[in-house]
Amino acid sequence: MPAAGVVTILAVVLIVLALVYYLVSTIVALRKIADGLDQVIASVGEIVEKSAPVNDVVTDINDNLDAAVSALEGLLVKKAGMRDAVGLVDGLYPGAAAQGLRDLPESREVTPPRIGEVYTRGTLTLARLGREAPIAMGNPAGPALRNPAYGSSAARTLYAEVRPARSPVIGTDAPVQYEEREDVGRPRKRFARTKYV
Amino acid sequence: MTLWWIGNAVLLLAILPVVVYLLNGVLKAANGIVPSVNQIATVAAAGSKDLDATALLLTTQDQVRQTVAGVADYGGSLDVILDDAEEK
Repeated sequence: MPAAGVVTILAVVLIVLALVYYLVSTIVALRKIADGLDQVIASVGEIVEKSAPVNDVVTDINDNLDAAVSALEGLLVKKAGMRDAVGLVDGLYPGAAAQGLRDLPESREVTPPRIGEVYTRGTLTLARLGREAPIAMGNPAGPALRNPAYGSSAARTLYAEVRPARSPVIGTDAPVQYEEREDVGRPRKRFARTKYV
Repeated sequence: MTLWWIGNAVLLLAILPVVVYLLNGVLKAANGIVPSVNQIATVAAAGSKDLDATALLLTTQDQVRQTVAGVADYGGSLDVILDDAEEK
């Protein structure tokens, strides 16, 4: 056999060996990929199976909560009136009055009253006396105006500097005025005498 | 005979390197996919495990129903107890 023939056979053998090596390696890699994809498919199947009822359940929960919100808003408006209801909601969640009540679009046009004037007169009285009333403690928009857990520091703000360790200064000269009285400077109200028979 | 040698040279110096280069590229690409697939499998398994709690949604659904029913009962009672707002 001529030398050229030997070289040709050698070249062909080399090419075949390279093909075998790389193709077998590729097959091994593809089998790993197939195994990994089998695991992925199994996990994705579990995800699909587990998440299948979520839509219906969440929709049902939302429907129930929507019904509850509508009923409570309606009850609030019925009992407190539109203006006070909006004021109460705005007092609990500052700025919520702009959004209004969900089922009552006309509530967006209501100017919310100061909730302190409407509902928390007694609470503000306690605050004035340093009783640490938890005003707006559950307000998600920010911390409580008065923190009952650290009440002493808040209470001290009610005392005038010249009167330490004494009763809080209340009245018209108090350093902190929580609400304005409409009857200051006017004649005292006198109630009509009731006739008992 | 000269052409034969030229053919051998082409086979060894051109065709064999090209074949090796191309096959090597295919092998690298295939090997590059394996870690990605393994990561996807891990993430999918973790996602599936995270969804184990979705069964609790049925409990939540039931409790929401009970809560709303309770709220409705309280609302009905409040509606009876409290006077309606006065018309201004």
